[in-house]
Amino acid sequence: MRKEWEGFVPGSWTEQIDVEEFIRLNYHPYDGDDSFLAGATERTKECYQRVQELLVAERKAGGTLKVDASRIMRINAFEPGYIVPGKDIIVGLQTDEPLKRGICPFGGIKMVREEVAEYGEKLPEEIDRMFDYVTTHNDGVFKAYSKEMKQVRHLGFITGLPDAYGRGRIIGDYRRAALYGIDHLIAEKEKDHEMIASRHVMNEENIRTAEEVTNEIIALKEIKKMAASYGYDISGPAKDVKEAIQWTYFAYLAGIKEENGAAMSIGRTSTFIDIYAERDLANGVYTEEQIQEFVDDYILKLRVARHLRTNEYNELFGGDPMWITEGIGGVGMDGRHKVTKNSYRVLQTLYNLGPAPEPNLTVLWSEKLPEPFKKFCAQVSIDTDSIQYENDDKMRPTYGEDYSIACCVSAIQMGQQMQFFGARCNLAKILLLGLNGGIDERTGEHVGPQMESVGDGPIDYEDAWNRFNIYLEWLCELYVNIMNIIHFMHDKYDFERSQMAFLNSEVKRLMAFGVAGFSVAADSLSAIKYAKVYPIRDENGVIVDFRTEGEFPKYGNDDDRVDEIAVRISERTIEELRKHPTYRNAVHTLSVLTITSNVMYGKKTGNTPDGRRAGTPFAPGANPMHERDSHGAVASLNSVSKIDWDTCQDGVSNTFSITPEALGKDRESRKETLVGLLTGYFNRGAHHLNVNVLNRSLLEDAYENPEKYPNLTVRVSGYAVRFNALSKNHQKEVIARTFHQGV
Amino acid sequence: MKGRIHSIETFGAVDGPGIRTVFFMQGCPARCLYCHNPDSWDINRGEDIEIDEIVHWAVRGMPYYGSKGGVTFSGGEPLMQGEFLVEAMKALHETGINCAIDTSGTYLDCHSEEAIANCDLVLLDIKHPDPERFKIITAREQDTLFEIIDLINGYDKHVWIRNVVVPDINDTEADIEALNAFIRRIKHVDKVELLGYHTMAVDKYGKLGITYRLKGVPPMGGEKLNKLRELVCLPADAVSQVTIDKK
Repeated sequence: MRKEWEGFVPGSWTEQIDVEEFIRLNYHPYDGDDSFLAGATERTKECYQRVQELLVAERKAGGTLKVDASRIMRINAFEPGYIVPGKDIIVGLQTDEPLKRGICPFGGIKMVREEVAEYGEKLPEEIDRMFDYVTTHNDGVFKAYSKEMKQVRHLGFITGLPDAYGRGRIIGDYRRAALYGIDHLIAEKEKDHEMIASRHVMNEENIRTAEEVTNEIIALKEIKKMAASYGYDISGPAKDVKEAIQWTYFAYLAGIKEENGAAMSIGRTSTFIDIYAERDLANGVYTEEQIQEFVDDYILKLRVARHLRTNEYNELFGGDPMWITEGIGGVGMDGRHKVTKNSYRVLQTLYNLGPAPEPNLTVLWSEKLPEPFKKFCAQVSIDTDSIQYENDDKMRPTYGEDYSIACCVSAIQMGQQMQFFGARCNLAKILLLGLNGGIDERTGEHVGPQMESVGDGPIDYEDAWNRFNIYLEWLCELYVNIMNIIHFMHDKYDFERSQMAFLNSEVKRLMAFGVAGFSVAADSLSAIKYAKVYPIRDENGVIVDFRTEGEFPKYGNDDDRVDEIAVRISERTIEELRKHPTYRNAVHTLSVLTITSNVMYGKKTGNTPDGRRAGTPFAPGANPMHERDSHGAVASLNSVSKIDWDTCQDGVSNTFSITPEALGKDRESRKETLVGLLTGYFNRGAHHLNVNVLNRSLLEDAYENPEKYPNLTVRVSGYAVRFNALSKNHQKEVIARTFHQGV
Repeated sequence: MKGRIHSIETFGAVDGPGIRTVFFMQGCPARCLYCHNPDSWDINRGEDIEIDEIVHWAVRGMPYYGSKGGVTFSGGEPLMQGEFLVEAMKALHETGINCAIDTSGTYLDCHSEEAIANCDLVLLDIKHPDPERFKIITAREQDTLFEIIDLINGYDKHVWIRNVVVPDINDTEADIEALNAFIRRIKHVDKVELLGYHTMAVDKYGKLGITYRLKGVPPMGGEKLNKLRELVCLPADAVSQVTIDKK
């Protein structure tokens, strides 16, 4: 056994790459409370202070501090950079300065040109000219798109597709760098390559994979070089906790240096790192305070990561998110929970470094998590509004004990799977299109199958449901085909070599489809079924509004009459998607998640039968529509919990805001109540909950006086943002959401 | 059997222990100056509700109750519908759900005893220990409060005392001392909650066309309320694991 592994329980992980087994054999579940935690050191405070200053400057500069368009972002494009030179203990930045953003043109040169122009920079001529000869992912996609594909895209039936920028959602198992060292990973990749390239049939898949593996090997060599520029030799395994963090971070850093994927999670590193921490504590190598300091510095590095985005992109995904998602806790297949001291340390950074949206700390909730940890998480939610919860008991049976979360709510098996990200289609618009028989309600354009418009009403439910299904069927076929094109081209022109280098050479793939306007579609169909809905037409006979007479049940009140419609919509969507074959045999999955695109989707959707006005934002994710959940928090949570994760294995997102007063009269009871709410919700099989504990008046004040709240962090939809980083439109939508006030 | 209900709150964390489903029953004989549900006074308003519906909503909350939570009947004055309450509580007990009654002590009839006997906890709002002040606040006589306390003691029921503190009405140290003395007559007081008067209901009065008699009285909170909370003492035989709510 290698000397760096002394003290670890050996297993097959020493012979073949198996981080999951290494963790299982070596981690120590921690049942205690938070009393062992250390505060911030003077050094940490100094570096944090520097970051605070930079964040203020970034905000003042309109959201982007500095852009460097002089070179293309590659692993070694920039010289080393530091937050406070001489003071960083975990080192490495994307560029040579914190918060400085570079360009990643291989996803799409068009978007880079827009970005650069928006920030008043100029693309060097040689880079600009280079793309006369180099095809980007974006170029490839548009060469293949049909007219109809472009049409559903511009009308807003499918929006946010990763066809002009990096797709993201890939999580390398960056822990492999720490456990095995880069040289071992290269050796394994070389073996894989030889095996694949020597197959009897060199079909497209084998040729493509062989080329990809070679690119991964090149990336691994580049990563070693990058580490060396910071003074580290990472060819061998990490020998202590500091190195384990540093090696893991270098591996992650390479990915965000050369890719600007929409969401680039870090994975599930805290319990892995704890194994090294425990060994060092036992051997007296490092103290608790030192280990906390390493963790603080690691997290601080993740907090200054940035991608260059366009204004148009920000309108879709507001708040400048990176989705550096870290999964914390969960339970192993042997029934032991995976909470370690390091799970606490990572959450403690929200005290040592203040509340922050990144990394996107995600507690993998199980009823088996130790009670003190549940309470600590609740406390962190109440104090910082910075963390989210996902149901490990639901995901573990499918994804095993070592999965992590891509972006907001999408589980992926570490090291063995990757995801093809697919944005979302607009369910509310599909219903309107069905009622109009194939005419877009906003533009009057004909799209999809053509049929008679629905009669003058009251609209018959069966008729409306059939129409919805006809157009859903049509759009889902198109949707799968669009995704196949996008990911074919992304693999071809913008392959994420530095992330894929930390995955198995032959990964399993998930194709993640999504829906928006979920509650609007459900409530609209409920209105048609339980009230009387009459269409109102414009002079061309296009239905542009509705007159709704009578009451109807609304999603979010634990009323099965409408909740069953919502459930049925989710089932029908995945059924339709599954009918169509996917690129590289990816497994179809579905999410009910909008990020902040619920605002944009709403903008592109006309008046709906539920009474929602044209242009009004949808509710985010699987949330009930704003203020329609009027029977209290439990009824609202119960409605969402009916959306079965087994139908929507890419996640069912619920963002929940509650006032501190509603949770209880004092701090202790508030913690207990929040634990009770999470317990009840997840025991009902629900998947995800973003928790905000705050008053609407606070957000209203922050809307008016942003300078008073530089660090105000809120959970929006599977991720958190600094409230100030949201556009005014997004801020208004967040303020308009239901705040459960209790009684 | 049907009851009259004002509203249902599926998430109550401040009306008894744990997370609770709260049924706000319609109808109240009192006209408390600071009442924040004036729309619950008239028994003819509200909606009909069946026992089955009560059970239906309460069962939906069960995953959230944990060991402490359950159902609270509040109001209005729930004892005005004592017969319905008894049937509802029996049905809820069959499903293993515990029940609290949140009463103002201003109403009593032939069903009240059975209702008290069947509940698991009483939230008792002591409007004021002094009979004159009691009448000023509630427009009712204090006699019913004593009879209810007798019933509570007779059935050895545990009680959470609640008292809304209003500026210039009951916000002196002497008021709290009087409250301390008053609650000694209750056998099992587990908790005493001083609730600060708030003005959030003012708009409701406007909509209902009822004069709001505490116009201009500022909300109660902050340091002063915390100081008063320090003065609260539980009667000597109170159960030891429960602490006074001091925020």
